[in-house]
Amino acid sequence: MRPAGRAETDSLYFDYPHFDAPKDRSRLDASAPVAIVGAGPVGLTAALALARDGIASVMFDAKSTFNDGSRAICIARQSYYILERIGAVAPFLEKSLGWTTGRSFYRGQQILEFEMPDSPREKYRPMYNIEQQYIEQYLWDAIEREPLIETRWQSEVTGIEDLDGGVRLTVRDPNGSYDIAADWVLAADGARSSVRKLRGLSLKGENYEGRYVIADVQMDHDYPTIRRALFDPDCRRGGTVLVHKQPDNIWRIDYQLRDGEDEADAVAEDNVRASVAAVLADLGFTGDWELEWWSVYSANTLALDDYRDGRIFFIGDSAHIVPIFGVRGLNNGLADAQNIAWKLARMIEGQAGEALLDSYTPERRGATLDVFANASKSARFMTPPTPGWQLMRDAALNLALTHPFAGELANPRQMTPYTYADSPIVSPDDPGFYGGPVPGAPLPEARVGDGFLSDLSGPGFTLITFDPDLAETVADSDLTTVALQPGSEAAEVLAAGPESAYLVRPDGHIVSRWTRPSSTLVCEALKRSLGRDRT
Amino acid sequence: MTPRDVETVYEALALKLDAVGDTQRELFLAKLALLLSHDLGDAERVCLRIDEAALNIDS
Ligand SMILES: Cc1cc2nc3c(=O)[nH]c(=O)nc-3n(C[C@H](O)[C@H](O)[C@H](O)COP(=O)(O)OP(=O)(O)OC[C@H]3O[C@@H](n4cnc5c(N)ncnc54)[C@H](O)[C@@H]3O)c2cc1C
Repeated sequence: MRPAGRAETDSLYFDYPHFDAPKDRSRLDASAPVAIVGAGPVGLTAALALARDGIASVMFDAKSTFNDGSRAICIARQSYYILERIGAVAPFLEKSLGWTTGRSFYRGQQILEFEMPDSPREKYRPMYNIEQQYIEQYLWDAIEREPLIETRWQSEVTGIEDLDGGVRLTVRDPNGSYDIAADWVLAADGARSSVRKLRGLSLKGENYEGRYVIADVQMDHDYPTIRRALFDPDCRRGGTVLVHKQPDNIWRIDYQLRDGEDEADAVAEDNVRASVAAVLADLGFTGDWELEWWSVYSANTLALDDYRDGRIFFIGDSAHIVPIFGVRGLNNGLADAQNIAWKLARMIEGQAGEALLDSYTPERRGATLDVFANASKSARFMTPPTPGWQLMRDAALNLALTHPFAGELANPRQMTPYTYADSPIVSPDDPGFYGGPVPGAPLPEARVGDGFLSDLSGPGFTLITFDPDLAETVADSDLTTVALQPGSEAAEVLAAGPESAYLVRPDGHIVSRWTRPSSTLVCEALKRSLGRDRT
Repeated sequence: MTPRDVETVYEALALKLDAVGDTQRELFLAKLALLLSHDLGDAERVCLRIDEAALNIDS
């Protein structure tokens, strides 16, 4: 929502583009290898990831511009690798604000300062703040450079029907309605997914009590990019407030509504202004500020049982809704897009077995359930659901004023990348390793020469070996081989001996690792991770 | 701990429970439980004691 007199996309700092519906009507019904429903950040990312692998797609969005409001603002390190791979990361690095530190306060007194894991061997910071409009804009800029992607705005998908070996979509735009066939569909149509409804599927899980108003204000506030959490502050006794810095002097103020506080009242402009003013007074800010945008958000943990329905894959918010506290909503969706894109591309190219597509749900739903577990923990601390949780939370905060160990309970632990340990396409670990990342984990970063280990990854699979002889015996068109020095920083991070090797997937997750690899072992693991071992 | 020590703690707790007053008694006890658990440094033992302390409490 925006202040009275301003339209939904009338922003203080961002010019929303306007996109027309397709004018040329002649080839609208030409079939597509992949149809993407929804050009939100997740759909845009999926289209780019497919194009990177040479797969063309047609993308539909019902709107004529980007999503309104700044919405998701915290982008995690893992997502920057995705943005890098799809060729879009440069403007993000320029615009966003990287951060590592969080501070928690109880009744005005600091009780915790935490640092998220970071070091000189990391290429990216653990977290970056940037408004969602910019996220969509920068992805869109990359799409405009990409001939394999056709985007149709003001085009709403209203029907979906299975065909033999494909799917038929019915699309309505201001100039009429038409059908289009696609071999595969990615449903990236958000939390209120119409594809989900058309297929008779529903999200399952829990709704939490806590409701937050999220409000953005523009002001000259002199404070570094540090996440602040205010527990039981003067401005909101018994409640919790979160404060984040964004580019363009925009500040995100999230404040919890009290039990029984009426939502319609709470989002009335006057009440938002009064609540924000009280928070700013608590922060000691006395200057002028302008209200930019606000919304209300509640903590839910909801997901589909299966992210695949025949030839349709659900990605992003259409598949899952997670609470804001873990800042995983969008990050989780970007990982879905990348995960399905490399798999689908290899299926379409005829390199993969069905099992590869079936690994999408266990991997990505597994990641969502992991987010739920973490986010539920945070939610219980931020908005305790029962008297027992409330008492212990208050006790921890109160004790933290004198004993720092209790303040650690307020640490949101936002950043632990998910390990696909139980995935059907990930190989069992080699017990010969002492330490290092296990199969299914994302490849850790290390400095190599003037750059980083991740810079050496190929477009498809990557074999990292410390034995140049192995590098010469394995050849596959989808495999890039990287030979590294034993004893290097990478060797240390990977707990690698002079003969060790790691096989890494296109999404940067480890397929398998060996202390004594052979070309046969590598080929078997590669086959397995393409879902070809059971066909 | 000697019976004498237990008595010292018992009395100190009674006095403090009255001093903190009706509305803050629960909060005080919860803080104390966290603090003592941290001193004890044995989560398993604390969880056992949590169950034991709940015995014979009629709701
Ligand atoms: C008000 C609000 C506040 C939020 N705040 C936060 C936050 O503070 N932090 C956070 O992490 N996350 C937040 N989120 C969530 C975050 O914005 C989402 O996780 C993210 O946008 C998901 O991206 P998506 O691409 O999956 O879906 P969306 O961004 O929802 O995109 C879906 C797209 O599909 C299109 N579409 C829908 N139906 C059809 C159809 N039938 N045909 C064609 N197109 C269709 C829509 O027009 C839309 O563009 C917020 C969301 C909302 C709505």
